[in-house]
Amino acid sequence: MTVKELSEKLGYKIITETGDSTKTEITGVYACDLLSHAMAKINTGDVWVTVHTNLNVVAVASLTEASCVVIPENIQIEEQTIERAEKKGVIFLSAPVSAARVCYDVLSVLREAK
Amino acid sequence: MKKAVIVRDYTIPANDFTIAGEASSNVRKILTQLGVSPNVVKRASIAMYEAEINAVIHGKGGNAHVEIDENKIYIVISDEGPGIADLELAMQEGYSTAPDSIREMGFGAGMGLSNMKKHADILDIDTEVNRGTTVHITVYFNSDKKI
Repeated sequence: MTVKELSEKLGYKIITETGDSTKTEITGVYACDLLSHAMAKINTGDVWVTVHTNLNVVAVASLTEASCVVIPENIQIEEQTIERAEKKGVIFLSAPVSAARVCYDVLSVLREAK
Repeated sequence: MKKAVIVRDYTIPANDFTIAGEASSNVRKILTQLGVSPNVVKRASIAMYEAEINAVIHGKGGNAHVEIDENKIYIVISDEGPGIADLELAMQEGYSTAPDSIREMGFGAGMGLSNMKKHADILDIDTEVNRGTTVHITVYFNSDKKI
């Protein structure tokens, strides 16, 4: 399942379209707001769910090769973060639901796709 | 030691999160272009990012020196910050001296040093109170260490 397919299935809005959403495969989901913890635990291809929207999120998502970052509850993403994400090729999605709900929905969709 | 093929030096600014991570991001790009395995690229860049962020947060900025040869990447991050009073304690997951302003950004989980150790093949830390800290990270390209 690609990031684009996930966004369409769950109605999450793609905030940074890097041109890769139709190619980037999702393999799992991980939720954490402690950046070093997330850095140690995110697996390549994971959807990373966090409420942080600062620049450092772009660096962590890029280094860990997360498939995308999902910002829950329609939290507004800082403009400089969007610009940096586009430059670094990190896909950000905005979801209207809670972080817990995002995890549940992503796992359900992945399970269905198997 | 074999002659380094690529050498890079970066300045790490103090408390500037708009540039923090640029050095490790650049090194990641170089390693990827060299065709180094994705696991090694990820480990080296994560270990370097943690050291870079520590220099930004704790070390009043500093310098990064990187040497890449055909077998490994060797990274040195040095700062002239306050140093680490109890290195053994600082290596423990969860121990952090980061201020609240840093925690609000999502840092300060007390995992930086342990993440470096986990991702590097060799980690050496020289530190002295009131003099600064120098972190040496080595990652071998043929290492099968998993993360």
